[in-house]
Amino acid sequence: MRVVLRNPTREIDVDGPMTVHTLLQRLDLNRESHLVICDGELVAGDRTLPAGAEVEIRSVISGGSR
Amino acid sequence: MKCRVCRGAAVIDIRRHNANFCQEHFLRMCRDQVEKAIRRFGMLQPGERVLVAVSGGKDSLALWDILVDLGYAADGFYLGLGIGDYSDESAGYAHRYAASRNLTLHTVDLPAAHGFDIRGGARAAKRAPCSACGLSKRHLFDEAARGGGYDALATGHNLDDEAAVLMGNTLRWQTEYLGRQLPVLEARDGFPRKVKPLVRLSERETAAYCILRGIDYVVEECPMAVGNKHLAYKAALNDIEVQSPGAKHDFYFGFLERASERFRAEVERDRGELAPCERCGSPTDAGVCAFCRLTERATAAPVHFSDRGSP
Repeated sequence: MRVVLRNPTREIDVDGPMTVHTLLQRLDLNRESHLVICDGELVAGDRTLPAGAEVEIRSVISGGSR
Repeated sequence: MKCRVCRGAAVIDIRRHNANFCQEHFLRMCRDQVEKAIRRFGMLQPGERVLVAVSGGKDSLALWDILVDLGYAADGFYLGLGIGDYSDESAGYAHRYAASRNLTLHTVDLPAAHGFDIRGGARAAKRAPCSACGLSKRHLFDEAARGGGYDALATGHNLDDEAAVLMGNTLRWQTEYLGRQLPVLEARDGFPRKVKPLVRLSERETAAYCILRGIDYVVEECPMAVGNKHLAYKAALNDIEVQSPGAKHDFYFGFLERASERFRAEVERDRGELAPCERCGSPTDAGVCAFCRLTERATAAPVHFSDRGSP
């Protein structure tokens, strides 16, 4: 599957299928600070991402002054 | 995973609630949490006019969307900070959201209106960029709320923001800041009431809210914020949260319920008499307010040796 990561934006290829949680663990990303979007839809942690999926992992952390 | 409410397919898991939600019930949960915060802390009354500080990011756009949905007369205020492409992009998201919902968005451009941008202001004042940015935002948001006759100014501070600020203030025992870290600051002496209706939502939830509501927001991080302490505190808290779901909530709301009051007396004791700023008329206890001093330093003409006279 093709995975787009943000901040900064970059793309990687990952062998699938695998669940959302497994993908985040494999990339060493904290599940509390990321959301996963598969083929345009927000998906929960137990969802299996198919091998050919277009996946975005979106960091939700923003900083600076508020 | 099944939705806790309807047993339909879940789109998100919220471990601190030990629950999963489908789209419909997640959106309802977000609105309920905002409504609960507003009611619990007496942030807003029905029919009040609210000015929402809008950055083009997920939190402020989610806040605006929810407040309008809850029936508040909420207008937006966008401050252009002059941070290159990032500001241009952020402004675009704020304007497109306002146009799509037929909402009123007021805008002020810091470089055009005050003659400096955040990078220049930070350099001139020898402050960190986030410090110059925060100072400018607080001053200009207050001014906009006051000038527009709004009952309250609402900002998009979420649970992660408040927990991270609390961690920073606690690590250094900045007791004055601890005494002022509240979800509502009542209006006083020319300052508008300030409210933080998102304190019961994490930023993972505000981001999910925007995605599910089809609200486009600026995803990239502000280039000035990269590597700041606030982000490091958030990362540390999220590491704890993974091990102990609900830790951020308990840290922040436990502070409000059991510790905040202990620091309030110091704030009251040290509160100076306020008078209008000699330059802009905003309330200040320093003659010339901090924003006007920043502006003067950032826009001062370079001093030439010939101007200094003979040694």
